[in-house]
Amino acid sequence: MTDNLQIPGTPIRVEDLWKRFGDFEAVKDVSFTVEAGSITALLGPSGSGKSTVLRMIAGLEEPTSGRIWMEGEEHTFKTVQERRVGFVFQHYALFRHMNVAQNVAFGLSVRKLPRAEQRSRVQELLELVQLTGFRDRYPDQLSGGQRQRVALARALAPRPKVLLLDEPFGALDARVRQELRRWLDDLHRELGVTSLLVTHDQDEALELANQVVVMHEGRVEQAGPPDEIYNAPATPFVAGFVGTANVLHGHVRDGHVQFGEHRVSGASHLAEGVEARAFVRPHDVRLSTVDRNGGSVRATVERIVTLGWLSRVHLRLPDEQVLTAELPNDELGGVELGSTVWVDLRRATAFETSEVPPTSEPEETPSVR
Amino acid sequence: MSSTIAPRTPRLAGSARRRLVHGGFTAIALVYVGALVIAPLVGIAFAAFKGGWSVIVDTLRQPDVLHAYYLTGVITLITVIVTTVFGVIVALVITRDRFPGRALMSALVDLPIAVSPVIVGLMAVLLFGTGGWFEPWFSAHGIRILFAVPSMVLVTIFICIPFVIREVVPVLHELGVSEEEAARTLGASSLQTFFRVTLKNIRWALAYGIALSTARAIGEIGAVLIVSGSITGQTETSTLYILRAFDQFQDTQGYIVAITLALASIVLLVAIEAFKRRQEKVRET
Repeated sequence: MTDNLQIPGTPIRVEDLWKRFGDFEAVKDVSFTVEAGSITALLGPSGSGKSTVLRMIAGLEEPTSGRIWMEGEEHTFKTVQERRVGFVFQHYALFRHMNVAQNVAFGLSVRKLPRAEQRSRVQELLELVQLTGFRDRYPDQLSGGQRQRVALARALAPRPKVLLLDEPFGALDARVRQELRRWLDDLHRELGVTSLLVTHDQDEALELANQVVVMHEGRVEQAGPPDEIYNAPATPFVAGFVGTANVLHGHVRDGHVQFGEHRVSGASHLAEGVEARAFVRPHDVRLSTVDRNGGSVRATVERIVTLGWLSRVHLRLPDEQVLTAELPNDELGGVELGSTVWVDLRRATAFETSEVPPTSEPEETPSVR
Repeated sequence: MSSTIAPRTPRLAGSARRRLVHGGFTAIALVYVGALVIAPLVGIAFAAFKGGWSVIVDTLRQPDVLHAYYLTGVITLITVIVTTVFGVIVALVITRDRFPGRALMSALVDLPIAVSPVIVGLMAVLLFGTGGWFEPWFSAHGIRILFAVPSMVLVTIFICIPFVIREVVPVLHELGVSEEEAARTLGASSLQTFFRVTLKNIRWALAYGIALSTARAIGEIGAVLIVSGSITGQTETSTLYILRAFDQFQDTQGYIVAITLALASIVLLVAIEAFKRRQEKVRET
């Protein structure tokens, strides 16, 4: 049974992909490879062109220029039908006048598979997505999570070469999203189908993907394994978009970013004296009520927000820059509202100020990880 | 007056007044519909049955009347087929394609509703009559358009163009393209996508449009009157027959044919209402 479900991995490669809509350049010079059998996430804010890239791979949009390859075969000019991709839409796009079984069977019946074969394949997939009891229901009789599972079964039924998912969990509430994410992970392990997932949710990308491609304003900012994206952001945008980060302004001095009387390491690649910004993760900010090593920064506690097991502490530095720290509640110690604390910055990534686009301010959304 | 009671009193009075006003409107609506719709229908029915069954049977056996029904049927059938097929194509183009002039096209489609049928008839005369633009070509090929069935079909089609389009376009808009895109990624051809997905989704709106179109085609008289020449037994439709019957003081015959057309309309109306409900039910989901 499991062997029957396996879908052989097909690598995808896009080269120098451009897409223009009138005067607007939605996708600019995008290239990346999705390894056979892996999950790659296209991560970016809305309007970054990630969905357009996905739709071009599916053949739903025509690239202005560039090439698309699957399994070493050029697909740039193939029709949607010829590409044999499985596509999962954000809003499910289930056929509303067909029941669950008919939806799943659609890709088989348009290809005129024998009835018996259709029936057994539909049964197989409904078992896979745990919806066997729902085969006669119509889409409007299902919950959002169930609909998306039907959509996934429908996309997988014709044994697609690759699976393309466009914000598949975007329309679902947080708990269902979390559940489906884990379920998709298991499913992918079982099936092994090459998957490309578009998402604006960094947690989703970092948790599910073997490779993350971060996009911004139509361009690829960075592509790499999730830990590399998180720990070694290649651009200020990635540093600000993936995970939360504090931004400290200063100048480069001896491989450090100097701000006021204090400094943080991580700028050895920058020229002496240039203006720089240091990106510091909130969990890389250590707080203490005593000056342990003499090199700590003094700060005032302005606000403390409790987020379940951890707290977010808003701090103001002597030079008026603000900083947030995240630490487990039991490590708060004597850190109180209005008190003065000593701050240690464990790690930072520095960029020259000129390369920092003005839009890349860190997001305010909590990221508990 | 205490401030806690103050707002209560006017509210009670207000709701009583609203009930009264509401009741008044209901009465007005009932009288209006009753006087303008039901009374004439009952009147026609009485007039038609005045001579008794034998007159009715005799009238409905007259060759003129039979031919008039036949002609109305043919014109309606052709009109409905043409306006349905082309209406769906136009609706798809308006909602799914992007091209310069799309907004203009979408507005032009409604033109036949705004133009009086008599003017439509005159336009046909200008195009196909003696000295008309298309007249030389057709007469050279021995094809008779004016004062013949082709022109009657043409003007009826023109008048019925908007109905299917107007019903189908909003539904297509609302559906969006995602189901069609899903069908394509699943390997469906354009035709398979249309017949198995799009058409299924618009079917009730389409049925509603077809019913409206049919009713309009059966009842058409203004344009047809101008282009047909009303030749008895040749280019006389049911509505033209009714007109002639009254001209020739055969009122009862006129009423009898009129009541049959009215019955056809009522059947269509019931069908339209049923389609409308199905459509609304589909839209709610």
